[in-house]
Amino acid sequence: MNRIVDKEFFSENVVKLEVEAPLIAKARKPGNFVILRVSEKGERIPLTIAASDDKKGTITLIAQKVGVSTEKLAKMNVGDCLHDLVGPLGKATEIHKVGTILACGGGVGVAPLLPIVEGFKKAGNRVISVLAARNKDLIILEDEIRKWSDEVIIMTDDGSYGRKGLVTQGAEEVILREKVDECIAIGPAIMMKFTALLTKKYEIPTQASLNSIMVDGTGMCGACRVTVGGKTKFTCVDGPEFDAHQIDFDEMLMRLGGYREEEKAAFEQYCKIN
Amino acid sequence: MTTLAEYLKERREQEWRADLRKKLKGKERTDIPRVHMPEQNPNERVKYQNMEVNLGLSEEQALVEASRCMDCANPTCIEGCPVSINIPEFIKNIERKEYGLAAQTLKMTSALPAVCGRVCPQEKQCEEQCFYTTKLKKEPIAIGYLERFAADWERESGQMSVPECAPANGIKIATIGSGPASLSFAGDMAKLGYDVTVFEALHEIGGVLKYGIPEFRLPNSVVDVELDNLKQMGVKFVTNFIVGRTASFDDLKAEGFAGFFVASGAGLPRFMGIPGENYNGIMSSNEYLTRVNLMGAASDEYDTLVMRGKNVAVIGGGNTAMDSVRTAKRLGAERAMIVYRRSRVEMPARVEEVKHAEEEGVEFMNLANPIEYFADEKGRVNKMRVQFMELGEPDESGRRRPVPVEGADKDIDVDLVIVAVGVSPNPLIPSCLPELKVSRWGTIEVGDNMQSSIPVLFAGGDIVRGGATVILAMGDGRKAAASMHEYLTNEKK
Repeated sequence: MNRIVDKEFFSENVVKLEVEAPLIAKARKPGNFVILRVSEKGERIPLTIAASDDKKGTITLIAQKVGVSTEKLAKMNVGDCLHDLVGPLGKATEIHKVGTILACGGGVGVAPLLPIVEGFKKAGNRVISVLAARNKDLIILEDEIRKWSDEVIIMTDDGSYGRKGLVTQGAEEVILREKVDECIAIGPAIMMKFTALLTKKYEIPTQASLNSIMVDGTGMCGACRVTVGGKTKFTCVDGPEFDAHQIDFDEMLMRLGGYREEEKAAFEQYCKIN
Repeated sequence: MTTLAEYLKERREQEWRADLRKKLKGKERTDIPRVHMPEQNPNERVKYQNMEVNLGLSEEQALVEASRCMDCANPTCIEGCPVSINIPEFIKNIERKEYGLAAQTLKMTSALPAVCGRVCPQEKQCEEQCFYTTKLKKEPIAIGYLERFAADWERESGQMSVPECAPANGIKIATIGSGPASLSFAGDMAKLGYDVTVFEALHEIGGVLKYGIPEFRLPNSVVDVELDNLKQMGVKFVTNFIVGRTASFDDLKAEGFAGFFVASGAGLPRFMGIPGENYNGIMSSNEYLTRVNLMGAASDEYDTLVMRGKNVAVIGGGNTAMDSVRTAKRLGAERAMIVYRRSRVEMPARVEEVKHAEEEGVEFMNLANPIEYFADEKGRVNKMRVQFMELGEPDESGRRRPVPVEGADKDIDVDLVIVAVGVSPNPLIPSCLPELKVSRWGTIEVGDNMQSSIPVLFAGGDIVRGGATVILAMGDGRKAAASMHEYLTNEKK
């Protein structure tokens, strides 16, 4: 169960894993996520499903090394089995024909963006994707995104690939150039915050997919709570996608940092031993 | 068919029980004082998250306590038990030193006797209905302690009896969730010969028994042995599986499942909706206890972390609040306090839990309610404003309603706040079944027989009740099993 059948490093810290999970592969929809544990004493790690292969019975997950648990996950090899894997969780993305979709992805946020881009394209929309990262190495899944986009704009902070600049610059160009009916933004909270501010200015309905801290992922703990339109919501069961113009991103950024010091200390300890 | 009363009478007339009754005069029995549960020293036990507080009765203590029981002709205690344990029979088995038979008596109707002997609020159930309480106005027989004694004796003997099961009928039944309601249901259905599979969303079986109740009150090893007993009875367990998501109800029907019992619990923690409640360092009791109990966050060997605090406030007055505040004490809090809006008398927690918390140095700030939180520049809570309350007229629950005292509030330094003000039903399962009737609170609506608006689907425990006890959930499980059996039997005809 949960055997890793393929593994590829996109960059030093970003890894793609293809995992045997026939039931999840069959049931999952764009926007859904899974929770996995690497070992018996491991953390529950939420990861959005990037792709699935119904025939092979596999799902594709993309993880970025940020601490002890993701470091351990990245060390797993083809043939190894994840200790636990459950899903699909979260509400699926509402996909329909709206016209032109602007899909903004930052860093590993491009992974959860991929099935959504695919879904919107298949539903008959014009899809323009803006992929952004710090540098060339951190741009992932470009070919896959291209397959389902009418146009792809690449932005890098250092200009090492595509154009130099932030995701919002690429997005604004598109908005100024043509009519955009809906936007979806997935990436670091700060990137989603500024994308939301931009699209609000132009009154473009925007969804953002949040990567809150979670424990169980089934609504039980409330660790993932986020304020949307002045109300507390649980990312795991009410989301992960919300109206980006209603999300309190500053609170979300603050909450994402809740365990930063403890996590840093745990990671340093882990690196010392290993 | 014999009625329960006839059955109990028949059992009571067995020769050994009649003889045992004659052994001591009534007065000799009633003169014996109630036994005290031996406990771990508070100063020692607060150092460990997994050191059980109640140590269990010694054999001598159990024998004396068992001899207090009058073996009443009309055992009202049983009426107080949601799973109808034949209480006099198990106690009299202890009195005649047939401890294994005592355990078997428990297991005839309870799937989790070692659990119930530890966490049931007996003082509000069997012991409240005991002859000693109702007629003699004396302290009741310590039924809970004796239940634990019998169950522990069997477990420690290493020779667990497996309850007798009817021949397999080949009918597949799914039960959703693996907490007390589901386990109780699974046990009864297995006894009736059904092929039962328990589906659990988390990576561990046991539900609230594992993620919620701390090990100092209920060791995991005790739960595991009871789970093993169910496995011996043929019950299958599947973890990491969300019915309705991983596979749909229709998928399972296609695989031959003929009946479903939904006992997915009261998943969603409630918050108070007051300013600052989303600051870091403020979390639900569910999150706090799950991190510590299920994920092992108190130990360095486990990867999951939990925020620690020097000044910890736990909001609420129930058992979960007590579990949380005592956990905080064990994780190094210098000051751990309960902040509760009513007074001590209205507190829903068991008297024993409150007593244990007090012994461990927990402070109680009653008639106080948080109204706002404040945080440092990083967003970590550092202060809590409480509004002091007084008791007004009784509300619909019969308890006097707390009302704010004008102008009486205070700021208190806190760096960790655990919100334990109740839970709402988990929406995950109902959201997968649009045709399922739910109340406006999100609980599944069932009839007296626990059957939902979908005939093959029964439900029980907190997903129906919205937040209750282990034993009430188990009672629901038993009731649902009997009803589903009847329903499926009639369907076949």
